[in-house]
Amino acid sequence: MYWMTVISIWMIPFLICSILLYGTYKKIPTYETFVEGGKEGIQMSFSIIPYLVGMLVAISVFRASGALEFFVQFLRPLLELLHVPAEIVPLAIIRPISGTAALGMTSDLISVYGPDSFIGRLAATIQGSTDTTFYVLTVYFGAVGIKKMGDALKVGLLADLVGLVAAIVVVTLVFGVK
Amino acid sequence: MINYIWVGMTLIGVIFAMVNGTMDAVNEALFKGAKEAVTLCFGLMSILVFWLGLMKIAQDSGLLDKLSALFRPFIRLLFPEIPANHPAMGYILSNMMANFFGLGNAATPLGIKAMEQLKILNGGKDSASRSMITFLAINTSSITLVPTTVIAIRMTYDSASPTDIVFPTIIATAISAVGAILIDRYFHRKRVRNGRR
Repeated sequence: MYWMTVISIWMIPFLICSILLYGTYKKIPTYETFVEGGKEGIQMSFSIIPYLVGMLVAISVFRASGALEFFVQFLRPLLELLHVPAEIVPLAIIRPISGTAALGMTSDLISVYGPDSFIGRLAATIQGSTDTTFYVLTVYFGAVGIKKMGDALKVGLLADLVGLVAAIVVVTLVFGVK
Repeated sequence: MINYIWVGMTLIGVIFAMVNGTMDAVNEALFKGAKEAVTLCFGLMSILVFWLGLMKIAQDSGLLDKLSALFRPFIRLLFPEIPANHPAMGYILSNMMANFFGLGNAATPLGIKAMEQLKILNGGKDSASRSMITFLAINTSSITLVPTTVIAIRMTYDSASPTDIVFPTIIATAISAVGAILIDRYFHRKRVRNGRR
């Protein structure tokens, strides 16, 4: 599965070149446009700070006290049969509910187990491949005043489950268990 | 809900520390957690500035519109209830392109516009139509080309190759999108069956 890693590494530089070439071909002032767009990034990262501080403090306390380990150890025997690390379960549960809580948990897992560990890579893939289902439903349905959501929540949560299983299988195949 | 989760984690942690005798560690974690969050946001800034700058070029040069035209026939198959050239289709496509390229902030207003149009198509009722459910199913499975946030976190913690999860993430997200579409179809068929009875 080495080729997957090669694609991962080549993709972004390739994408950058295509965008820059197309912008130049269309006679866009590329550098000025880049700077203009980049300003939005500064604002965005500053606005995330309070969310992430709140979440990471709560998660750190939960882990440091031993509470997290206490809950995870109950899941371990069952999940070990399926070769799924129990440490990932809290992230999987929180991912559809809160985006910042999930972001906090992902960075907590990556900092504790290392970015290149199996758990670290799995957390990264889960974080990147699913979205906050509850949030999306609330915002989109709420904005236009839809009260009866029909099967939307069921479909969204089942799709999250599919994504979770897919992430576990793909990361195991590409990087191996250890 | 998020308020309970947040307070719950902190309270359970502190109570656990009382019983476990890990109050020292909790004190340390409080301040370490806060500091780590700020460090992370700065790591995030480097990538967000670069990526959003680049995407502005893609937007202004018309590259995104061109790509969304490419996807149109495929998306039409997913939304058989939307008439051709209805404005809803345009908003759905732009929303998907924005999500695809990691422009979450741009995607949300476009998605809401799409929902408004879908509501008009559905006669202004306050219940979700078939197209709305399909649209949200695809949205929650979040098809993203470059998971910028995740790359930034891995960079902050000194990964040997922060981008090596990009392709696995795309595969996982594609599978969950296909899953979302199939599950959505299944529930739609079920609704139709029950309606006829």
